[in-house]
Amino acid sequence: MRQVSTEAIRRAVIGCIERAEYFIDPEIAGAMRCAERSERSPIAKRVLSQLIENYEIAACEHIAICQDTGMCIVFAEIGQEVHITDGYFEDAVNDGVREAYKGLRKSIVSDPLFDRKNTQDNTPAVIHARIVPGDKLRLTVLCKGFGSENMSRIKMLTPSAGEQGVIDFAVETALLAGANPCPPIIMGICIGGDFEQAALYAKKMIAQSLRYEPEDERYRALQEEITLRINALGIGPAGFGGDTTLIKLNIAYLPTHIAGMPCAISVCCHASRHAECIL
Amino acid sequence: MDTKHIQLPLTEESIAGLRAGDNVLLSGTVYTGRDAAHKRIAKAIGDGAPLPFDLNGATVYYVGPAPAYKDQPVGAAGPTTSYRMDAYTPLLLAHGLKGMIGKGDRSDEVISAIKRNKAVYFAAVGGAAALLAKHIHSSRVICYEDLGTEAVHEFVLDEFPVIVAIDSNGEDIYKSGRSAFLESVGKDPR
Repeated sequence: MRQVSTEAIRRAVIGCIERAEYFIDPEIAGAMRCAERSERSPIAKRVLSQLIENYEIAACEHIAICQDTGMCIVFAEIGQEVHITDGYFEDAVNDGVREAYKGLRKSIVSDPLFDRKNTQDNTPAVIHARIVPGDKLRLTVLCKGFGSENMSRIKMLTPSAGEQGVIDFAVETALLAGANPCPPIIMGICIGGDFEQAALYAKKMIAQSLRYEPEDERYRALQEEITLRINALGIGPAGFGGDTTLIKLNIAYLPTHIAGMPCAISVCCHASRHAECIL
Repeated sequence: MDTKHIQLPLTEESIAGLRAGDNVLLSGTVYTGRDAAHKRIAKAIGDGAPLPFDLNGATVYYVGPAPAYKDQPVGAAGPTTSYRMDAYTPLLLAHGLKGMIGKGDRSDEVISAIKRNKAVYFAAVGGAAALLAKHIHSSRVICYEDLGTEAVHEFVLDEFPVIVAIDSNGEDIYKSGRSAFLESVGKDPR
């Protein structure tokens, strides 16, 4: 057994949140610069240049990239040979969130329907832990804003819907979202699994690298087709019209039941704020 | 493209001169308000209770700012999605509100109320929160402090960049922008 202390976990969570909130992923910054170059709409070009300048100001002046510093989603892959010492894993994660958000916006309410009282420290985080082989503990922290989260959807498609059913659902989702999720967006889709697994893997896909490609070439082709179709909508940066509506789509696929084909779509703004740490 | 400089509070003349798609730099006082503050303001109007600020001629910015770092006046402060305020907006417009800053499209009811009351809806670029914060000169909480980030703040803006999203004639860039772009590149907007 390899020992990992809750203090190391707490510090890792703090480090991930600070990196994610102030420093844009260089892949995203690069993709946005490419989009700015190729964009044909003058107003869209200006919006993209503001967003790129925003990344620079955030990093140089220690101002968060977005005021919605998000809800913390923590994906933990815990090696089965890891022994967590000095306390409970989830408490360590939430202690890290509490500390990191001292200087960030607190956006979590304890009761969703009646009281809606702010917890004042951005806890609790949403924690998805999985036991994996090995003696390492991998944490991926995603700081997710809700302007885009509110645009995410799931549909229990049936097998007869086929490829076209997925394409139509994805294009419709982008169109309905319009300017609300702060386009250009990053989209994660999961086809298959069951109701909650589809949603979970769609969410994981927005914290993936922009270089991600599905192994199966049919899904790679589907990714490409949906990307073209969404960018042909003309929604554009900030929804003012333009070429760039989608920066990247990542598709996951999972085994499912003979009667079903769940399809979950997780929508994120261009600034997918995530960071990873391996302990 | 020309940029218009507008001093707040808005006047009948300054509103009449704005067209959907105009680039505008706003300077002067705005009040922040989002979901929770709107709910309270609407209730206060219904109860005839005092309001956090004078709605007459006022501009509201839909934002929940992040805390300030060191001696900066405010932390990241970009617009939040406006449609969540749609249920309250016609009431506020009927009570004198003239300007709104947010992001995203509005309901047909809000567009009619903007026309009827000769008001204007500006969009700031969602996600440009650090850049926008640099154009906020000062910030102080004036009401509903218990709401934290959702409290009503008074911001003094300094050449704060926005675009006219819905003008006082009801012209809406979220409808026209996309189709105008598609036409310009020879695609059928449908």
